[in-house]
Formats: sequence, C-alpha cells, structure tokens
Amino acid sequence: MSLTVEETKSRNQALIKEVLEVYPAKTAKNRAKHLGTFEEGKDGAKSDCGVKSNVKSVPGVMTIRGCAYAGSKGVVWGPIKDMIHISHGPVGCGQYSWAARRNYYIGTTGIDSFVTMQFTSDFQEKDIVFGGDKKLEKIMDEIEVLFPLNKGITVQSECPIGLIGDDIEAVSKKKSKEYGGKTIVPVRCEGFRGVSQSLGHHIANDTIRDFVFDKLDPNRSFQGTPYDVAIIGDYNIGGDAWSSRILLEEMGLRVIAQWSGDGSIAELENTPKAKLNVLHCYRSMNYISRHMEEKYGIPWVEYNFFGPSKIEASLREIASHFDDKIKEGAERVIAKYRALTEAVIAKYRPRLEGKTVMLFVGGLRPRHVIGAYEDLGMNVVGTGYEFGHNDDYERTNHYVKDGTLIYDDVTGYEFEKFVEKIQPDLVGSGIKEKYVFQKMGVPFRQMHSWDYSGPYHGYDGFGIFARDMDMAINNPVWGLTKAPWK
Amino acid sequence: MADEKKLRQIAFYGKGGIGKSTTSQNTLAALADLGQKILIVGCDPKADSTRLILHAKAQDTILSLAAEAGSVEDLELDEVMKVGYKDIRCVESGGPEPGVGCAGRGVITSINFLEEEGAYDGADYVSYDVLGDVVCGGFAMPIRENKAQEIYIVMSGEMMAMYAANNIAKGILKYANSGGVRLGGLICNERQTDKELELAESLAKKLNTTLIHFIPRDNVVQHAELRRMTVLEYAPDSKQAEEYRTLARKIHANAGKGTIPTPITMDELEEMLMEHGIMEAIDESQIGKSAAELAAAAA
Repeated sequence: MSLTVEETKSRNQALIKEVLEVYPAKTAKNRAKHLGTFEEGKDGAKSDCGVKSNVKSVPGVMTIRGCAYAGSKGVVWGPIKDMIHISHGPVGCGQYSWAARRNYYIGTTGIDSFVTMQFTSDFQEKDIVFGGDKKLEKIMDEIEVLFPLNKGITVQSECPIGLIGDDIEAVSKKKSKEYGGKTIVPVRCEGFRGVSQSLGHHIANDTIRDFVFDKLDPNRSFQGTPYDVAIIGDYNIGGDAWSSRILLEEMGLRVIAQWSGDGSIAELENTPKAKLNVLHCYRSMNYISRHMEEKYGIPWVEYNFFGPSKIEASLREIASHFDDKIKEGAERVIAKYRALTEAVIAKYRPRLEGKTVMLFVGGLRPRHVIGAYEDLGMNVVGTGYEFGHNDDYERTNHYVKDGTLIYDDVTGYEFEKFVEKIQPDLVGSGIKEKYVFQKMGVPFRQMHSWDYSGPYHGYDGFGIFARDMDMAINNPVWGLTKAPWK
Repeated sequence: MADEKKLRQIAFYGKGGIGKSTTSQNTLAALADLGQKILIVGCDPKADSTRLILHAKAQDTILSLAAEAGSVEDLELDEVMKVGYKDIRCVESGGPEPGVGCAGRGVITSINFLEEEGAYDGADYVSYDVLGDVVCGGFAMPIRENKAQEIYIVMSGEMMAMYAANNIAKGILKYANSGGVRLGGLICNERQTDKELELAESLAKKLNTTLIHFIPRDNVVQHAELRRMTVLEYAPDSKQAEEYRTLARKIHANAGKGTIPTPITMDELEEMLMEHGIMEAIDESQIGKSAAELAAAAA
C-alpha cells in the first residue's frame, strides 16, 4: 500500500473530514483548526504545519493533556533531587504523580535525594475551611527534622490552594528565614490555570528565576572554565541525560548543570556561569533559557540527540559556539561512535525499513524522534503535540515530510479513527493510549516513559531505541491476533 | 413521616449589618411563643446568629469542633447543639477567621452534617441565618434544593441595602426553577431614611413580592441586645415585642405563598429612587465629577 504524496494528502483530507462529521457543528469548527496535512513549501519556514495550538480543549472530548501542576511538579521541579517537593492540597494529585517520570538520579533516596518519594499535605475538609497555611508550616518543620540533608523545598500548589487563597508565599518566606535562608519556593501551579501542562512549565521556570537566581549570593564562588555548558530540558528519563552528557564531555565541554534530570539546586545556581546553554526540550525550558540570555548574556542553542543523523548535526552545531579544540572534539566523538551506529543500523534497518509510525507526544518528541526513525528507514506519517505552541509547529515543519497528517491536542476518538484507517506499523504515545491500540492489533511504544526502557538519547540510546522498536513491531504475537476464520 | 412534611425551612438574608440576626432571633422567639419548635442554623463565620437566644456567643461551632476532632464525621449532634429560650435549638456553623480558608465550604459541610445527623427531626421550623451577600456557592447552600423553601430578605431604605436585596433576589431566582426556593418577602428594618416605607413597598413590588412587615426603630432592641436577649424575653410587653409577634404571625401564615422574584437592573433601581424623589435625575455628563468640578463647570 504505497501511496503517492498527492494520494496521501487526499486520503488525509478525507480522514479529517470523516472524523469531524461526528462532532456537533461548533466542535467540528473548533477541531478543524487543529487537524491538517502538512504542505511542504507553503508559508515557508514560518509554517505552523497548518494547525492552531495552545488553546483550550473542547469540553466533552477525551484530551490527552495534563495540568499546570503536572507541568511544574511532574516535569520541571520534580526531578531536582536534593530538594523536597510538597504536593500541596488533597492527596490525589500527589498520589498519582508519585515516583515522578522515571527521572533517574544518583543519590541515596530518603537521605540526600528525594525524587521517588512523595510528600503531600493531604488536605482534609478542615484545611479547606480553615486554610492550609499552618499545616504547610508543620510539614516544613517535619521535613527539616526528618530529612536534614535536604537542600530546599518547593510548594507545588494543587487546585484548592488557589481557590481558598492560601498564602504559600508568606509561609515560604517565613520558613526560609527560620532555616537560615534555605531555598523555599512557592509555586502557583494550580491545575485549573492555563489550557494544559504547558503553563505549569512556564510558572515553574519563573519561580526558578525569582526564587533561585534572584536570591543568589553575588559573592558565590565558582571556578569557571571556557567550556562550561548546562544541559537544559533533559529530564533523564531512563538515563537520557547521562547518555547525552558523556558526548558533551567527550568533545571537551564541561557540563556544570543538568536541568532538571539528576539535577540539584547547586546546579541550578551554577547555571548563570555557563558559557552556553544547550536546550533539548524547548517547550518546557525555553523561558528560563531566554531569561538567562537577557540577564546573563548566555547564548542558548537547541539540539537533538535522537538518532545518529541529528546527533551528528547537533554536536557540530554546539561545537560551532566554541574554539577549534571543541570542534575537533565533536568530530572525534562522531568518528568514535560511527562503527557502533553502523552496526545498529545494519542489524535493525533491514527489519524496520519502510515501516510507518504515528506519534502523539508532548514537549519536543513529536518532532525530535522523527530523525531517529528515519535513520532506521522508517517513516513518520502522522504526528502531533499534546500541549505544543505555534513555535513548536514552526520547528516541526523541517522535520516532517510533505503530506504528513498533523493533529494538535488530538482527541481519543480522532486518534483511534486515524490509526484505524491509516494502519501504521507502530504507534508511539502514552500509557493511556497504549492498550487501545494494542487491542486494535497495532504495535505500540510508550514515548513518554520509553516503556520502562531507555535511555533513547545519544549514541548509546539509539541502539536501545532501535532494539525496542524492532521488539514492538516484529513481535510474533501480532501474527496471532487475527482470528483464523476471518 | 408526617413530621417531615410539616417542617418549614426558612432563611434570612440581607446586607451585612442590616440587623438580620437581631430580626431573625426576635421573630423566631415570637414563633416559639406561638408554640413552634424551632431550630436555628447560623451560617456566618462570626457565629453570632444565636447569641440572643442562648444569652452567649456559641463557642462550640460545628467547624471548630470538627477541626479539633479531626473531621466532621467524628462529631455527635449533641456536641454542637445548644438549647436556649423556649427550647429553641441552636447550632452555629462557624468558620475560619477573616482572610483565610473557605467559609463557603464550611457552610456546605455544616449543613450536610446536620441533615445526615437528623438535626431537623421533630422541628416545626428550621431557620438559616446567612451572612451578608451571597458571595459564593457555599453561602447559597441554604437556598438550594430541599433546603429553605422561603427566603426573607432583611433590608432598609438605604440604597446599598436595597442593592443587596436585589442581588439576593438574583440568587433566589437562579435556584427557584431548579430547586423550588421562593422569596417569602422583604422585612424592612427601619433606618429612618427618607420615604423608607414607600421605597420598601415599591422595591417589593418590583421584585414580585410583598413587604411582609415594616419594623419601626426602637431603642429597646439595643437595650435587650446589650443583655444578650431578645426583646421578646427582655420586655415581652413592649410595643416592639408586639411588632415581632406580628411579623411571626405573618410568616407563619405565609407558608406556600412565596413567589419567584423578578430582580431588576442597577439602572432600574436608580430610576426607582428618582421616581420617589430620593435621587435627582442625573445628567450623564455629571457622572464621576466631583462637587468642585461641577461648580467649576457651572461657573
């Protein structure tokens, strides 16, 4: 079933028309703006892939999005390992975000690192009625006694905090003073704010600016080198940041901070001394990168460490900000890993060549992983962002091929229909989607958590990525899912 | 149960400081004199809705006791219920100190608790005394389905009291169709403003209700209040006590006669004041101008 580009486009248009038909007129009009077929060359580099984004989901549909609390606690702040992050409010939000997103870290849990632990104020009715400030103070006191090696606290607000107007800023300020100036960060990431987790990233970025950077001791000592960089927007899921960091180090750079996978408060504090910020997840951390550029004059560069083609280009791009020593280092690293990637491709490409993929993920992955699939001879035929903005889609247009189906904030119904009709060889999305598609007989990989595998970043990650995709697609189980009499 | 059918649930609303608690307690004391079994549910965080009946401010509110015990499920009804004048039973919802927490949620919690614990069993009347404006959903709880059937709005001839009365009527209208709550009438607590009776009657008419009673101002109310008593108890033979008895009889006879209110706009309210000559017709160009600016413009 090999379609020409024109046939693909008209099939996709027909598909979009078909899914819109089931909606009430107003919903159809709204959703039509979020579904499109990528037209190469149209609108040039500014093309937003023909879809609108970052607006409120339609009530009544099954959206895959999260909330502002998820964006702050789950994404930006949660992985900072030596701080304790309090889920402030009723217990559910804390319970369901417990153990974070497989943000690996080095440290002794419960002693000097706390990522997989869960702290919550477990609001009861009386806390709603009488306010939770006193309880918050008590929790902070308990944290100080029970976990004396913590390096700071953040207060991650759940919805009721904003509704009842608790003054978490005053409590944080008071306790910070009491504990000798310890960093205590009140984060107003109430879930009802904004249209998705995206606002939570922004709010969390702003709190790092206000409660970490703006409170830095100007006489803080730091031994810098000309090769200091900070990894921004890598959450070390399954060890992603580690397999990225080694490449930067091997080319001669010094990584002074990881944001925020396996990161620490000291690393956040060091970052204004970096010579270059290298930004992986643009969506969740462009805000703080822009701030550091304006305030400290630190340039930032986006990179992509999925698959050898993009890694090579990214290493050279990063090196271009430094002297010849680093540029040579980049070439050395590329050469060093060439044999490894060739072996991976030699092994897996014949098994994966021509296979089609549909993606629906968050952050950077709807575009960033496309290169890795292409290195294995696969084609991404549909993609979309949970909570992307216009600038994400603008960054996507040079990744996707002409005629690719684009779906922003896809609804459960649309996604099912699209996959049913297009019948890709693989779907990459999240846990909520996984079993729907597997039950349809379509191979699936979780592309948020790497399906408990990983890392997928870097050269080391590419081998694991290739193996996992092969494992999903070429699993003999798929041959047994069709009833023999049909 | 026959008892439940007979139960009348009423509520007093009105602008803060208008004399809701004083009026309601005096009226309910008069109803008790008529042999009615009364339960008062105070829905104001200040917890002073039952002070005149109990001769003391209720210290043990539902919410403060619940906070002490851990949760409202740990409370027993007799811990929160006090008995005062003529066996009137009193509970106060209570709530947070000003500026923290959510008093509205407190009202919801308290009323649910009272219903679940059977606090209304055996009463002829349940009366809710609710603070100032209906600022959020919590304070509208008493006018939702299966709660108060009739709302009495305490007001006066002051502009802002009438404005508040109109706002409360809006709240009642919202729940009138879904839950069946009705506006029982306006109670004018005299402030001795110009043409007060006339205005109150006019507003009642606009809101599709009646001025159920006009309570004249009398210092005996203050005398009684200083002694933490109702006038009915402090000076049962006074003229003012008779006023409250009259109001009580009218409310008693008003069962099922409530109406769906027809709230008016702010402009209509201002027009009404102009009709009665309280406010002069104002030229659009004069709005927002200080007296000095107007004098300068006239010169």
